[in-house]
This record gives sequence, structure tokens and C-alpha cells, in this order.
Amino acid sequence: MNHNLNRRSFLSFAAASAAVVSLAACGGNGAAGSNAAQAAYAAPAKDLSAELNYAIWDAAQKPAMQKIVAEFNKQYPNIKVTIDVTPSKGSAYWTKIQTQASSNTLPDVFWMNGPHIKLYAQNNQLMPLDGLASGKAVDKASYPKALVDLYTVNGTFYGVPKDFDTSALFYNKALFKDAGVAEPTSSWTWDDVKSAGAKLSKFYQGKGIYGYAGDLTGGQTSYYNTMLEAGGTIISADGKKSGYDSPGSIAGLQFWRDLIESGVSPSMQQLTDTSSSDMFTSKKLAMTMDGSWTVGPAHTALGADLGIVSLPKGPNSNQSVIHGLANVIPANAKNPAAAQAFVAFLGSQDAARIQAETGTVIPAFNGTQDAWVKSVPSVDLGVFLDLAKDASPYPVSANTAAWNELENSLLPQAFAGTKPVADVAKDLASQMNSALAKES
Amino acid sequence: MKAPVLTAGTETSRDHATKAPLPSAARRKGKSKSDGFWPWLFVVPTVVGIGVFYLWPMVQTFYYSFTKWGVFGGAKFIGLDNYTRMLADSSIPQSILNTLIYTAIVLLGIPAAVILASLIERPGMRFASLYRTLYFIPYVTMPAAVGIVWRLIYNGDFGPINWFLSLFGIHGPYWTSTPGFALLAVATVGLWMSLGFNLLIISAGLREIPRELFEAAEMDGASRIRQFFSITVPLLTPSIFFVTIVTVISGFQLFDLLYVMMGKANLAMPQTQSLVYIFYNQAFLQNDKGYAAAIGILILAIIALLTAFQFRIQKRWVNYV
Repeated sequence: MNHNLNRRSFLSFAAASAAVVSLAACGGNGAAGSNAAQAAYAAPAKDLSAELNYAIWDAAQKPAMQKIVAEFNKQYPNIKVTIDVTPSKGSAYWTKIQTQASSNTLPDVFWMNGPHIKLYAQNNQLMPLDGLASGKAVDKASYPKALVDLYTVNGTFYGVPKDFDTSALFYNKALFKDAGVAEPTSSWTWDDVKSAGAKLSKFYQGKGIYGYAGDLTGGQTSYYNTMLEAGGTIISADGKKSGYDSPGSIAGLQFWRDLIESGVSPSMQQLTDTSSSDMFTSKKLAMTMDGSWTVGPAHTALGADLGIVSLPKGPNSNQSVIHGLANVIPANAKNPAAAQAFVAFLGSQDAARIQAETGTVIPAFNGTQDAWVKSVPSVDLGVFLDLAKDASPYPVSANTAAWNELENSLLPQAFAGTKPVADVAKDLASQMNSALAKES
Repeated sequence: MKAPVLTAGTETSRDHATKAPLPSAARRKGKSKSDGFWPWLFVVPTVVGIGVFYLWPMVQTFYYSFTKWGVFGGAKFIGLDNYTRMLADSSIPQSILNTLIYTAIVLLGIPAAVILASLIERPGMRFASLYRTLYFIPYVTMPAAVGIVWRLIYNGDFGPINWFLSLFGIHGPYWTSTPGFALLAVATVGLWMSLGFNLLIISAGLREIPRELFEAAEMDGASRIRQFFSITVPLLTPSIFFVTIVTVISGFQLFDLLYVMMGKANLAMPQTQSLVYIFYNQAFLQNDKGYAAAIGILILAIIALLTAFQFRIQKRWVNYV
């Protein structure tokens, strides 16, 4: 979904290794919240005194967050913000947050991601932030629409977008040059990629170098995009029905199977052993579809040989899913006024500019991304911003993790060719539909 | 400060018990009370710890296995639904089979440990403690760290194992992502990790065997091999029994190695995943904690059954001196 899931979180199993025993520790009752229409937010008095806990999971972003807190304290000198990093990325953070939610001890402000927003919003764990918008403390138009939509559940706005990521086509200029194949352009189609990939794989045969691959251990930087490009969907807009059995979706999955079958891409097993990102940075892959968060490592590894263009156009369009984080406040906030003031500031142009300058993420606030685009002058990072304009929101439902798990357990068989793609897609759709039916 | 109290306490109780026996039944009851008080005081921290962190959660887990447990709490009683669902879940028997195969392979580490231990413990063996340390290191290393290193070693394209095989013209498989091979690969690492612990217990057992037995056997003309099978192995059976129990229990708790070595979206996962892996998946990824609790109870039941079975058949092969 974002940078977190690409690396493995080693701490997350610490919770589970105590297996039977640890399970019962997370009892308790959920917080009650109300979805009642909120009064417009008015900024509290500048001398408001409060203490806030701000929970995040990416240690690399802590310096930027500290800088933002320092700026915030120029306005509200008496609001003390403590940043709490749960350094393991991904599930350990969520295990902790979930336990805190069960025991009504959620941090005052915390990071939210796409797969979890509906789960927390629909279980009344989050404070509606419509008041921030109607009070003009936050302007929804300042962020990519898909992100605002992602954090709007049943018409209620719950999270102020913080940053975003999209995917594009990465390529290795040196590998193209040596093989005498013309470099990709932003107007390439699937067929262009397939034929160039075939030439490259053939040229480098026996050297362990392949033409094209994507990370098939998750959809965001690979099959989600191609499914959309072929006119399919991952999940219906209301999050109640799987889109995996639509012809477009099957075509989008077939794309990757074809690449593997024709030898353009390494096999499913090879990609499980060595991720496509690692293969690309170790110069074993000429082209890959990857997320904006890999620009840094890819540039470090390839230098001037790194090329990035827009996604190749599929039968319907070229599309990327967009995902991004948001800042949220728990429903039973101890200090709602201070928390809202802080979240409003986190969503401001100033805070976005500080994030952009550190170069770790693309800030969500429109017009502040220049610093990020300029961080690697040799490639046009603007393609990520262009793709964000009409990107589809990251597919989610109330219990996204349940069908993400189904994707991970069923789709490898389709990509490896042990079962026909269409059969797996239909099987996945029906299992996903029954998982979705359990949500309500 | 505690030690003198302990001595005083045990002495008084011994006084009561041995030097001043009291005849009447009523008095005897009182006596056994005073017998019990001090020992109980000293086990309180352990008993409370086990009670609060193990026994009570187990009771709770048993209760939650009959509920539908919401993500943020609020368990609802649903009777046997989780258990009937488990019966219909085809991944459960497959994962029990996987776990059994894993455990069987790891059990092969016990004969290996017996042989290694009797080599290391031979009189006059140099650097014996160095070897013991070397074999013990994998056991005390974090499984996560071990898993990452082995993942690299097993890598199909760039791993040293397949590079070695390629020297002989063999094209090695993708060890951790090919059904069949993946379980073998994970179990081999499990075996390697358990070797140190087994070696330690069996070494201790070896040193308990009276030297005179070997000397007498040697005088009778028994070869070293004969001594090994007729003296060493039979007299080691209590230690072997202990490590077998421990190995089977830890085999059924297989999770961390699998989690780290396999990664998500692995083609071989259905033929490799363990019961605890399914438990983790349901509890922490799919948020279906009630069902996960039922799987936890199943794991507990299987371990209890296997352990009880082993205690029953031990009479046939374990020799207590």
C-alpha cells in the first residue's frame, strides 16, 4: 500500500509468537462516537495549554515532524506535542493502535492509512473532521481528490491528507543502450512494453537480466494499476463488491501472467525470492513498475542511468492507484480543541513545505511538491504528480486486510500458471465477496 | 535477606515433621499447614505470574473461542460456530500435516545431537566447550535474524546453496517458494537451530553415566560402537525423552521462521503454513479473533494429546537408572 509494506516488519510477529496467550490481552470495549454533524471549528485561543501525543510509524520522517511541531509551537507555545514512533513499519503499529483503541487509550493524533480508515471510521473510533473544513481551517480542494475521497467515509471527512504516492515506469538507461533498444517514453502502451521487454530479455538471456517485472506480492505497484488500465476494478466504489471477476480485471492480471509466461519477466518464484525492486536496483531488471517512494533508493543505485516515465497505456487508459497517509483524531479525544488545531496545522501549506524539503515523501498539499520534484533533477519526477491528478483511490473496505490476504494466497497461482488466470480471479472474487459480506 | 528466612522456615518445619511428630489427626492438619506456608510464599511471584499471564489468558481464550470477537472488542457468544467452521476449513488439515512433517524433520536433530554429544564428551576431547558454544549459538540467536540469513542462503538465483550445486551442474530449485521444498527448507533451519539445545541436554545426560560402566564393558571387550548402542543410548533415554517432548511442543509452535523466510504472497504457502501461522493470520491480519482463539485451542489440544501419548509410551523405552 505504501512504503511500509515493501519492507517486512520483523516486530509484528513478536505479538503473535506468544500465540494463544497474547490473544486474550486485547479485550475491552470500543469507544462510542457520534457521526452527528459537527459545528464549524474555530481556532482556539493562542495560549491554550495542552499535551498531545502524536503517533507515527516512520522513524525517517521524525525529523520533519519535529520541525513541524516546532513551527506549530510558534503559534501555540503552550501545546506540548510528544512524537511517538512505533518503529516497526506496518502491522506492529496497527496491533498497538488497535489495542489502544480497545482500551480507550488512543494517542491524541495519529497516522492513518487507506486499508484501515474504514475499519476505524465505521467502528466510531475517529472524530469527524468536517468542522475543520467548514471552519475553513482545512480546504479539501488543497489535496488530490482521490485522497480526500479515501478519507471520507459515508460522507464524513475523517482524515486530513498528509502525503501521497503513485506508481510509474522505472527503467535502466544503460541496459537499454547496450541492448540497442529504444528507451521508453510517456506515450508507450502495453504492447510497446511487451515487445521492448521481449527484446531485452532475449538479448540478456543467460545473464539473469530480464526486460520487465513488477512487485506481484502486493497490488499497489503492479496489478492494481493494470486492472484499472484494462477497465476493471478491484472493489466497487461503495466497497461492498469485488471487481476481480470483471473482464477488465482479468485482462489486467493476465498482463503479468503473459510477461512471466513469455520469459520477459522472472518467474513468480524468482520474484518471491528477490523482489522486483531489489532486482531493479541491482541492475538485473531493465524496466519495472514501482512506487514513488523507491525513487530515492533507485537513484542511489543507478545514478544517471535511472529513467522514469509515465505508466504505459493499457486497453483503456494509463492509471495509477494513489495512496497516502492522513492525520486523524480519536473519537473520544481528551483535548479536541488542541488536537484539531494541531491536525489543521499538519494539513497546512507550511507543514507540507517542511515535508517536501526533507525529500522523503510527496506532500499532499497541492503546489508544495516542487521541492520533492527537484530532489532528483536528472529525471522528471513530475510524472508522479501528473498520474496523481486522475488516479484511482487505493482500494479499501471496512476490513481490507481480510481480502488482501486472499489476494496474497490465491493470485500467485495465477501468475505462476498453476491455474488459469480467469479461474483464480473468479475464485478470488467469490471468496472476497463473502469476506465483504461479513463486514456489515 | 530471603535466604536466612528460608533456612529458618525449613528448619522449623523439619522440626515439626521429624523431631516432634504429633499423633492426632487435627494436629497433623495444622502441621501440614505450617509446612505449606513458607514454600507457598516463595512461589507466589511465579504462581501469580503464571496465573495472570498464562492461565487466565488461556481460560479467556477458551471463552473467546465461542464468540465472534469484534476488532475493537465486544465479543458476542456464538456457541460452536467457530469450531464447525474449523471442521470445514480445508487449510486446517493441510496445516496440521505441514506441522507434523516439520516436527518429524526437526526430530531428526535428536539422533544427530546424541552422536555429536558423545563425540564431544569423549574423554580427552580438546576444545569441548568451544564446540558446545558453537553449537549453542544458533539456539540463542533470534529466529528472525536466523530466518533472514537463511532466506539469503536459500535464494534461488543468488544464494550460496544453488551456486554450490551449480558447480556440479545441478540447477537447484527456488527453495523457499516451491511447494514441498519450502517446508523442507524451513524444517532444516529449525533442525539446525534446535541442535544446540538438544546437545546441551544430552551432554549433561552423558556426564551422568558412570564411567565404570564403560570401563567394565571395555574389559569385556566391547567395541566403541557396541558401547554406544548398549550403554550410552539406553542410559541417555531420559534425556532423549525430555528433548523429544520439548521438540514436539516447539514444532507445533512454528511461526517466526516461517513468517520471516516465506514472506507474503508465496506460492508454496498452502503446503508450508503451520497452525500458528493460520492463527496469526486470522487474529492479527484478518481481525477474526474469535476464530483465531478456536485455532489456539486446537493447537493446545493437539500438543496436550501428543505429550500425553509420549508420556504413556515412555515406559516401553525410557530407562531410569
